[in-house]
Amino acid sequence: MAGLELLSDQGYRLDGRKAAELRKVQARMGVFAQADGSAYLEQGNTKALAVVYGPHEMRGSRSRALHDRAVINCQYSMATFSTAERKRRPHGDRKSTEMSLHLKQTFEAAVMTQLFPRSQIDIYVKILQSDGGNYSVCVNAATLAVINAGIPMRDYVCACTVGFVDETPLADLCYAEESGGVSSLALALLPRGGQIALLQMDARLHQDHLESLIEAAMTACKGVSKVLDEVVRQHLQEASVLTRE
Amino acid sequence: MLKSKTFVKKTRSGGVMKVVREHYLRDDIWCGSEVCTECKQESTVLQEDACIESNLCSYPHYLVPDTNVVLHQIDVLEDPVIRNVIILQTVLQEVRHRSAPVYKRLKDIIHEKEKHFYTFTNEHHRETFIEREPGESANDRNDRAIRVAVKWYNNHLNTLKSGPGGLKVVLLTNDQGNKQKGQEEIEEYIKSLIANPELVDRLALSDDNKNEITSSKVLFPEHLPLSKIQAGIKSGSFLQGTFRASRDNYLEATVFVQGQGEDSTEILIQGLQNLNRSVHQDVVAVQLLPQNQWVSPSSVVLQDDGTAKDDNVDKDEEEKVLKLSAAEAARKPTGKVVGIIKRNWRPFCGMLNVSQIKESTRHLFTPADRRIPRIRIETRQAATLAGQRIMVAIDGWPKDSRYPNGHFVRSLGSAGEKGTEEEVLLLEHDVPHQAFSQAVLSFLPKMPWTITPEDMAKREDLRHLTVCSVDPPGCTDIDDALHCRELENGNLEVGVHIADVSHFIRPGNALDKEAANRGTTVYLCGKRIDMVPELLSSNLCSLRSNVERFAFSCIWEMNKKAEVLKTRFTKSVINSKASLTYAEAQMRIDDTSKNDDITESLRGLNKLAKILKRQRIENGALTLSSLEVRFHIDSETHDPIDLQTKELMETNSMVEEFMLLANISVAQKIYEEFPECALLRKHPAPPPSNYDILIKAAKSKKVEIHIDSAKALADSLDVAKVDGFAYFNTLLRILATRCMMQAVYFCSGMDSDFHHYGLASPIYTHFTSPIRRYADIIVHRLLAAAIAADSTYPDLMDKHKQSALCTNLNYRHKMSQYAQRASVAFHTQLFFKTRGILNEEGFVLFVRKNAIIVLIPKFGLEGTVFFDTKDKVPPSLVFDEEGPTLKVEQHTFHIFDQVKVTISLDSSNIQHQKIRMALTEPVIPDVSVPAPEAEPQAKKQKLDR
Repeated sequence: MAGLELLSDQGYRLDGRKAAELRKVQARMGVFAQADGSAYLEQGNTKALAVVYGPHEMRGSRSRALHDRAVINCQYSMATFSTAERKRRPHGDRKSTEMSLHLKQTFEAAVMTQLFPRSQIDIYVKILQSDGGNYSVCVNAATLAVINAGIPMRDYVCACTVGFVDETPLADLCYAEESGGVSSLALALLPRGGQIALLQMDARLHQDHLESLIEAAMTACKGVSKVLDEVVRQHLQEASVLTRE
Repeated sequence: MLKSKTFVKKTRSGGVMKVVREHYLRDDIWCGSEVCTECKQESTVLQEDACIESNLCSYPHYLVPDTNVVLHQIDVLEDPVIRNVIILQTVLQEVRHRSAPVYKRLKDIIHEKEKHFYTFTNEHHRETFIEREPGESANDRNDRAIRVAVKWYNNHLNTLKSGPGGLKVVLLTNDQGNKQKGQEEIEEYIKSLIANPELVDRLALSDDNKNEITSSKVLFPEHLPLSKIQAGIKSGSFLQGTFRASRDNYLEATVFVQGQGEDSTEILIQGLQNLNRSVHQDVVAVQLLPQNQWVSPSSVVLQDDGTAKDDNVDKDEEEKVLKLSAAEAARKPTGKVVGIIKRNWRPFCGMLNVSQIKESTRHLFTPADRRIPRIRIETRQAATLAGQRIMVAIDGWPKDSRYPNGHFVRSLGSAGEKGTEEEVLLLEHDVPHQAFSQAVLSFLPKMPWTITPEDMAKREDLRHLTVCSVDPPGCTDIDDALHCRELENGNLEVGVHIADVSHFIRPGNALDKEAANRGTTVYLCGKRIDMVPELLSSNLCSLRSNVERFAFSCIWEMNKKAEVLKTRFTKSVINSKASLTYAEAQMRIDDTSKNDDITESLRGLNKLAKILKRQRIENGALTLSSLEVRFHIDSETHDPIDLQTKELMETNSMVEEFMLLANISVAQKIYEEFPECALLRKHPAPPPSNYDILIKAAKSKKVEIHIDSAKALADSLDVAKVDGFAYFNTLLRILATRCMMQAVYFCSGMDSDFHHYGLASPIYTHFTSPIRRYADIIVHRLLAAAIAADSTYPDLMDKHKQSALCTNLNYRHKMSQYAQRASVAFHTQLFFKTRGILNEEGFVLFVRKNAIIVLIPKFGLEGTVFFDTKDKVPPSLVFDEEGPTLKVEQHTFHIFDQVKVTISLDSSNIQHQKIRMALTEPVIPDVSVPAPEAEPQAKKQKLDR
């Protein structure tokens, strides 16, 4: 039968959001004590856990060490129970390898690695529940974890996916929208300077639309950054209250 | 507020999956009423004084229809009287799932400003969203959601302090459960509307109204439920296909089953029981009958003349006629319809057969399209509607009723009048023919229009060239012009200049969308339904003489042997020196005393065209034939006064050759530049079985036709001649034309076979008539992008969107051709109406089981001579399929036999007035009629004066 109507004439999406609205973002920092930094982030029904170790000495082969900056090691994985159908996801499948690589590139752009030569920073991200926008949720969670670990960054890295439906960019796609044949784009932004850390799109889109789509993605990322900033401030406040005692 | 929606879904592979979706509830969804001060809405839709005068609801009110009311009574909702309606999202979504056409119409209404329809997104409103309770079915939940929304509205409007008060919301429903909860029924409501009695007829019959005419006897087998059908299709016991009723025989139909790739089959369905209430164009599930019950398609022409009274009496007899016809060899897969997958009902045009009982409100309606069964409708205005063309929609077809039930939609005017008939013709062929809307016209260039220096800078100035156009007489939308001149190096420069419509129609605006929807200009006799507004079609785009016009030029450098050395495309400005008709151009070429530039140019073109044509034919292009007629129309009464077949001159083919060349050149260019999204035109080779009739026919005259390739066919058609029968070759070509497939537009990224069979060209497109074909506009845009004269836009580069566009264009094209043919037929009838009975010579074109089909070359007219008339004892008829021949008494008819017939107009059935032909020669006692006297001739002279 007729496919899903992703955007109604009244401007509402499947789940009742308007085109530029994000899903509800909730996050907590410092969820694990043993790691150097950790964060848990929910963006709608997508839930991710990020853990950071480091900066520490190079583990494994020392030859990978860089003399002028730190190496960032990212590992992305999905929990077997993260999707509707339970699936075994072996480590190192193509999709997660690619995602790990993207995360690595994103954080190399944001973390001030030159402060830690010959060392390594590990970022582990796990998707606990997946409902679209896995990459961006991972980036947002990892940002919080990195901040939690006290590793200096140029700025928050905020990511968001946008899709293009009926000549309108939709921010923060959920799974139903992502799978509805929408050409989507993922963008990671350093919001204060407006620098793009990563831009990824593997669908067909006419050049004319690209600009408006990036524009929408950047606005959405800035929205995310506001939420993250609030979470960080909240966390700091709580932490400082505790330490004062 | 956040809610989570959880439901389980069955996947395609049969597994059950749990789906969890977020569901946000908002408090910024406004009620859309003008009265409301609480809602912070930017614009309101619903008016303050929402007055539909009704006895039932005397207070001002907004209407809220429920899903079933929308689905069944969309005709009523479309009426301008019904305004200020709230469509709930729940309803909209349910309609969307259940019927795409109704959904489309509903959306059209919502978009119409004057109707004041407001869509309320109740599912996402914090106060109107409800959750499904345990044990509650989805339908019940939706009904409850509708009631909750109505209640909310009533409370909301009541609490207003500033409002006038008394404004209420009325739920329209047919549902018993809803009704008990104190709502209005649509039927009662509509009946209560003051001063709109005709609306009552537009109400669709609801199912619970027991039909008293129908007997208790069940006529049809039950349709299987959809789940069983799907299971059956999956297991292969049923087949899914499109139902196509036969035009000639109401008891016969075929179901076209689309297989994978090329292999698609046709299944024959015979008899009322097996047809099982399918209507033309429905998507149905068929079950094949065991092989021993297979039959062959009957060649009998059978029309449903049964009277409204006794439905089931003589049917069995007629079916017997069918059964006899099963010749062993010609049996085809036969099946029966077991269920309907999708109805494809639309409003049908036709006429009312007024019931003999004067007071009766139930009448039979006969659609103009013979493939549609008659429909039983209920109306109180039968007396006024008799003799009028009306539109009727089908509501349903219960299994105990011989005919489907329907309701009256609107009247088109009295039958037989030219205006009405034209309207019917356009409606039946789905030709959009309303005047252009203001939104569309707003995108026209402002007059007076001039060429600006910026325009000139972007274009090549070709005003100095001796360009001229050659067209049929009376043509005002000139989209092509030509020039030819000798270059210094001895070669020739030939230019084809096409009106630059894409300069005026910019992608995506209302004008463009309207043109894309119309797809093509439709030419009826004496009337033209434009694709683009007249300002463009006959003025700014039309390449008229002695004015400066924008053109898209395709310029070749050719040597004297017509070999293309160089091809160049450019946007240009031209100034045509002359607009000639084919005859004028021909005269100039033939007149040796004329030696001006235009004539020289024409001669050069003509010479090259002859070479091009020869080359093309050597390559295997087909020259086919079909008779086209031209009416001379009286300038005052607009009635046809004379009829002649179109003559073809050398100049016709001259223009054609260069258009073909331009189209091919452009096709190559755009395909090279945009291999994924070039819009091309292909003409598939017909399957060999299509040629059976041609081969058989030719064999009867001892002529052999080879069909191995287009070239072989063209060659064998060329040599096919019979001494003393000059017309034979033309007849063969006419038959060959009937064997061909339809040429279609397609998107190069979606297909791999590009061949154009008829033109024997590996690639082809349409470039040369952008004023009257939308495909050409797209090709212009592609070509402009290819030569960097214009930019691309997203939809142009999207092969799926383009492919959807092609589907529409192909459909519109086909329909415009049918409309054109129907218009010619109608005018032929008008013509013969004034002529009385004529006596003409003709040829047998086809032989059927009880009739022969005769072609009258003089009028390009085809007609059927029946041998079994109802009121007479039929003569002995022996039909031989091999010939095919038909033996009537002592005389045997073959294809191509020359006969003499009388032609007259049969107006006994005002709806289907038809040309009646009766045999005068050869004389067969009791069958042929005596030749009429010379009286009609005298009449003709009188008229011609």
